[in-house]
Amino acid sequence: MPALTQLAVGDQVAIATYRFTRDSLVRYSGASGDFNAIHYRDDVAASVGLPGVLAHGMLTMGVAVQPVVEWLGDPGRVLGYQVKFTRPVLVDPVEGAEIEVLAKVGAVNAEEHSARIDLTVTFNGDTVLGKAQVLVSLAASA
Amino acid sequence: MAVNPDIVGRSCEPTEPYVVGREKVREFARAVMATNAIHADVAAARAAGYADIVAPPTFAVVVQEKTLAQLLALPGANIDFSRVVHGSQDFTFTRPIVAGDELTAVLTVESVKSLAGNSLVTAVSQITDALGAHVVTATSTLVVRADD
Repeated sequence: MPALTQLAVGDQVAIATYRFTRDSLVRYSGASGDFNAIHYRDDVAASVGLPGVLAHGMLTMGVAVQPVVEWLGDPGRVLGYQVKFTRPVLVDPVEGAEIEVLAKVGAVNAEEHSARIDLTVTFNGDTVLGKAQVLVSLAASA
Repeated sequence: MAVNPDIVGRSCEPTEPYVVGREKVREFARAVMATNAIHADVAAARAAGYADIVAPPTFAVVVQEKTLAQLLALPGANIDFSRVVHGSQDFTFTRPIVAGDELTAVLTVESVKSLAGNSLVTAVSQITDALGAHVVTATSTLVVRADD
């Protein structure tokens, strides 16, 4: 587990890239129960005016926290997690879509033994999540 | 038509208990590309102090979703599902969800706001375990786009 005393605001704690394919979207639909067809059918996406099939916002949110969980070593140390969905992630049927996640320390609370980790999540150079913040416990025992 | 602001403060009936299955947790973890052993390996989860494997943080949406379905069907709310876009999401945990949990959720409409013709509906779902103890609060803001 990372030590709270060694963290400073602005420190980078994780960076990772993930590839979404149409298979990823179908898999997430099944796992989550969100079967909105804009996440797997081009014709339905086009019929509602979208430029193509989009990743579920909740898939992007779910994946984007993973580098932080890896850094913590324990998913139970996530005390809170919030995002705004600001831009869609278009998933090309052949190329898929690559997401980059950069995690930095946003705030440290020594009294509460917690830290706020801020995520920058980008697709094609644009951020797709706003105010993406993970509150984590760094107490000696979770 | 805009979303009816009179639904603010209204709560829905508690959802039917949702039993968190081990294989469901593993399936969800794989879907969100989670690789930590505590999501899949019972021995690793127990070594870390948990009763069973731990669900990824956003798994709470699976339970919350049942309350959002209630919200969309709320009589008189006037929420057109085909115009709904997910605006923001927040999870605040008392403890992580683990396999074996029996979870119930209660939704309350926190606010209905108007912005540039769109309606923003914020709904708070309190998720509790079989003993009635708080596990996680899931808050969604839904953007209901204005009529064309």
